[in-house]
Amino acid sequence: MSREWVPFGALAATVILIQLVTMFTNTQYYLTQLIMAALYSIVVIGLCLLMGYAGQISLGHAGFFAIGGYTAAVGTTLNLLPHRDHVLVRMAERAGLTIQTTNSWGVDILYFSPWITLLAALLLSGVISLLIGIPVLRLRGHYLAMATLGFGAIIYYILLGSRFLGEADGIYDVPGFGLPGGFTFDGARNNRVLSYYFVWALVIGLMVLMHNLVNSRPGRALRAIHGNEPAAMAMGVDTARYKLSLFVLSAVCAALGGVFMAHYNGGMGPTEAGTLKAVRYVAIVAVGGMASLWGTLGASVVLNFLSLRGYFGSLDDAVFGVVLITVMLVAPDGILRRLGMYTLRRNRDTAPDAFPVSAEKQVQRGTA
Amino acid sequence: MPSRFLRKSRCSVALLEVNDLFRSFGGLRAVDQVSFTVPNGMIKGIIGPNGAGKTTLFNLIAGSLVAESGTIFFDGRPVSGLPPHRIAARGIARTYQNVKIFRQMTVLENVMVGCHQRSRGGFLAGMLRLPFTVREERRVRARSLELLEMLGLPEVADQDASALAFGRQRSVELARALALEPRLILLDEPAAGLNIRETVQLAQTVRSIRDLGITVLIVEHDMSLIMDISDEIVVLDFGRKIAEGTAQQVRRDPEVIRVYLGDEDAEG
Amino acid sequence: MSSELIIQYILSGVTSGSVYAIVAIGFNIIYNTTGIINFAQGEFVMLGGMIAISLVPFMPLPMAVALAVVITAAVGALAQIAFIRWLKRPHVLQLIIITIGLSILLREAALHIWDEKVRSLPYFTGTVVTSVRIFGAYVSPQVFWVLGVCGAAVVLLSLFFGRTLIGQAMRACSADPLAATLCGINQKNMVTLSFVISAALGALAGCVVSPITQTHYECGTPLAIKGFTVAIVGGLGNSTGAVAAGLLLGIIEAFSISIMPMAYKDIIAISILLAVLSYRPTGLFVRREVGALKEF
Repeated sequence: MSREWVPFGALAATVILIQLVTMFTNTQYYLTQLIMAALYSIVVIGLCLLMGYAGQISLGHAGFFAIGGYTAAVGTTLNLLPHRDHVLVRMAERAGLTIQTTNSWGVDILYFSPWITLLAALLLSGVISLLIGIPVLRLRGHYLAMATLGFGAIIYYILLGSRFLGEADGIYDVPGFGLPGGFTFDGARNNRVLSYYFVWALVIGLMVLMHNLVNSRPGRALRAIHGNEPAAMAMGVDTARYKLSLFVLSAVCAALGGVFMAHYNGGMGPTEAGTLKAVRYVAIVAVGGMASLWGTLGASVVLNFLSLRGYFGSLDDAVFGVVLITVMLVAPDGILRRLGMYTLRRNRDTAPDAFPVSAEKQVQRGTA
Repeated sequence: MPSRFLRKSRCSVALLEVNDLFRSFGGLRAVDQVSFTVPNGMIKGIIGPNGAGKTTLFNLIAGSLVAESGTIFFDGRPVSGLPPHRIAARGIARTYQNVKIFRQMTVLENVMVGCHQRSRGGFLAGMLRLPFTVREERRVRARSLELLEMLGLPEVADQDASALAFGRQRSVELARALALEPRLILLDEPAAGLNIRETVQLAQTVRSIRDLGITVLIVEHDMSLIMDISDEIVVLDFGRKIAEGTAQQVRRDPEVIRVYLGDEDAEG
Repeated sequence: MSSELIIQYILSGVTSGSVYAIVAIGFNIIYNTTGIINFAQGEFVMLGGMIAISLVPFMPLPMAVALAVVITAAVGALAQIAFIRWLKRPHVLQLIIITIGLSILLREAALHIWDEKVRSLPYFTGTVVTSVRIFGAYVSPQVFWVLGVCGAAVVLLSLFFGRTLIGQAMRACSADPLAATLCGINQKNMVTLSFVISAALGALAGCVVSPITQTHYECGTPLAIKGFTVAIVGGLGNSTGAVAAGLLLGIIEAFSISIMPMAYKDIIAISILLAVLSYRPTGLFVRREVGALKEF
C-alpha cells in the first residue's frame, strides 16, 4: 500500500476499533449518533470541495439534502396499489422495481424500491442544482451567498406549505433500505452494527473518490480557479463549467446523505432544509479548514456527534453560531490547520491563506 | 526538448493580426485604433510610457477584456470576442505583469494546470482514477518537470508556489504558460522586479522560447532588454500606435524621441 | 375583484413594502460604507420589536419604542466593534460568515430571552378592531403609522447623508475609503456608525410593524431575504430604488394571496431575488452601463 492510502486505512481501522470498543463497553447506543454524523458528513464532504477547493460558498445545501431525503421518503411511502393498473406502475412491478408488504397498521402496500428512489433522488438533485447553478454561479461573494440562501429558503417553504409533502410534520413511516445479502439499512436496533459499517464504508468510499478528484486534472483546475480565477481562464480552464460541475457534484452528495438519512430515521421533516442546517454545514467546513477533506470530516464527526448526543442542550444552534464567528475571527483558514501549523512548522508567515488577499482587486483596477 | 515542440516556421504568414482595435474606459481611450501584425516565429516588442495601453492591449488579445471595435485574427481565424479559455485553447498563452500564481498549490501543480488544454480527464475519470487518467497524469507530470528543468526550477517543484521569491514566481508563471504548448506567448513586463543577472537570463530564455517555434509578443519597460531581443517593436502612446519597426528604426523615430525624452516646447 | 378589495390589497402591500424598504435601506447603509452585506439585518428588526414589547408594560409606548431603538443601535455597535472593527483586511467570505454567525447568535439569544411565543406591541392608536374607511376599504390606523414613520425615516436619512458633515463623511468613505482617510475622516468610526444607523432603522421598523405582523424570534431571516431582494431590485446602495422596489414587492405579495395559497407567499420574493440576481444584478432601476456590479 502506498503512503497515499495510509489515512484511509487508518480511518477504516478507527471505524472498526470504535465499533469493537462500544461492543465491549456495552455502549452501542453511541453508534446511532455516529451513523447520523456520518450521513451529515457526506453532505459536508461535498460542500468542502465546493467551498474549500473552488471557493464558492453555498447556503443551499440543506435544500439539496432535503430534496434527496424527501424524494426517497415520498417514493417509498407512496402506496402504488390503487394505481396498479397504470402503465408505469405495471412496468415497474414487472421489472422488479417495486416492493409489496404489509405495513405496521396491517395495510397492504406497494412501493418503489429504495434503489429506484435513490436513483431518482440523485438525478433530481443533479438536475435542480444544474438549473439553479447556471445563473447563480455567475455571482460572487454576498450575491452567491444570498442566492443560495434564497434557494434553500424556497425549498423550505415548499416543504412547509405542501400538503403532499406533509407540511410541518414531514414524511414518516419510510421503510429501511434493503441491501444485497438480506440486510436492511434502517434505525432498528438489531441492524445498528451493520448499518454503522455500511454508512462508514460509504463515507470512506466517498473520501477516496474526492481525494482522487482533488489530485486529478479537474481537481487541479478547480484549485487553480480558487487560487486565481483570471489566470486559470488564461490557462484554458473553462471556469464556469468547472464550478457548475462541482456544484452539481456537491448537490448530489448532499442528496445522497439525505436519502440515507430518510431511510435511517424513517422519515424527514422540513427543518432539514432550514437555514440553520445550511449554516451548520458551512460552519463545519470552516472549522475543518475550508480546503481540507480530512479536517472537514473530523470537524463534522466531532461537532455532529456532540450535537446529536445533546451535549449542547438548548444552545445547539447558538454553539454553531459561536463556532462560526470564532473560527472566522481567530483562524479563518481553519482551526485544525492553524493547530497543525503551530505544532508542525511554527511558521505562520509561509502558510498559505485560505482566502487569497485582495491584492487581486487592486491589480484589476489598475489594468487600464 | 521534445521535437513536437518545434513547428514549421512560416515567417511570411502573420500569426497574429490586430486591426483597428479600440477600447475605452469611461472617457479614457486606453487602446485607440491600434493595428499591427506579428509574423510567425518573431519576437515582437511593445513599448510605451506608463498608461499607454499596453496591458489593456494584452487583455484584449487574451480575451480578458472585450474590444469595442476592431478585430483580432489568430492564425487566420478571428478570436475577438471569444472567452479567455477558448483563446488559450487556440494556442495563445500569457503571463502577467503582477504575477498571478495559483496559491495553495505547489510549483509543479501550477505548471500542471498549464497542461490543462493538452489533457482530457474529466470529473468521473478523475474520481475513479481510470487507467487512462493515470497514464495521462504521468505524462503531464513528466512534461511539467521538463519545463521546470528548462527554467531552472526543478528543486522547488514540491514547494508552495506562492512562498517563492518574486523572480522565481515569474519563472513558474512562464513554465505554466509554456505548458499550454502555445503558438504565441504574451509576456507582460517579464523583467519587472528582476535583478540584472535575472534579466540577462530572461533575455536568453525568451530567445530559447522563440527557438522552440513559439512566437513572442512582449511588453517591457526595460528598454535595453527590449531593443536587444525584439525583431520588431511597436510604440504606443496614449492608446495610439505612434511607431513600428526594427529597434534601429524606432530609436531614430522623432515621434518616439518626443514621447520618451519629452517635448520641451510643449511643456511651457 | 371589487375596487374595495383592490385598495385593501394595495394598502396592505404598501405597509409590508415600506418595512421591506426600510430593511433594504439598512442593507444599503452598511453596504455603502463597507461593501459588505449584513446578514443580521433582519434580526435588528426582530430585536427592536421584541425589546419594545418587553419595555411597554413599564413605560409609555413612545418611550418604549425610543428605548428599543437605542438599545438595538447599541447592540449593532457592539457587534460591529466586537466582531468586525478590529479585523485587518478581512476577506469578503470571512465577513459574510461572521454576519451569518451574528444573525444566528441574535436569534438564539432572542429565543432564550423571549421564548418561542409570538408577541406584538399594542396598536399605536386604537385597537385591533379600530379601522379607518378609505374609498370603501377598511384599514387599521397602524398602517398610517407604518407609512408615516418609514416615510419620515427615509426623508431624515436623505437629509442626514446630503446635508450633515457626518453624513457626507460617510458617503466619502463609500466613494473612496483611502481618500476619505487622507482627508482626516476616521473610516472605522464611520463603519461603526453605519451599523448603528442601520440597527436603529431596523429596530424602528420592527416596532411600528409589530402590531400588524407580530414579532417572533425567527421573523428576522425572511425579512432579511426580502429586504435584500428589495435592495437588489432597487440597485444595491440606491435608497430611492429601494423604496420603489419595496412598495412594488409588498404589493405583488399582497395580490399573490388572491391567486396562490398563503403558504407560498414567501416564495415569490425569493424567486424575484433569484431571477433579478441571475439576469440583472445591477437592479431594475439602474441602467446596465451605469451601475457596474461591485465584484469581491
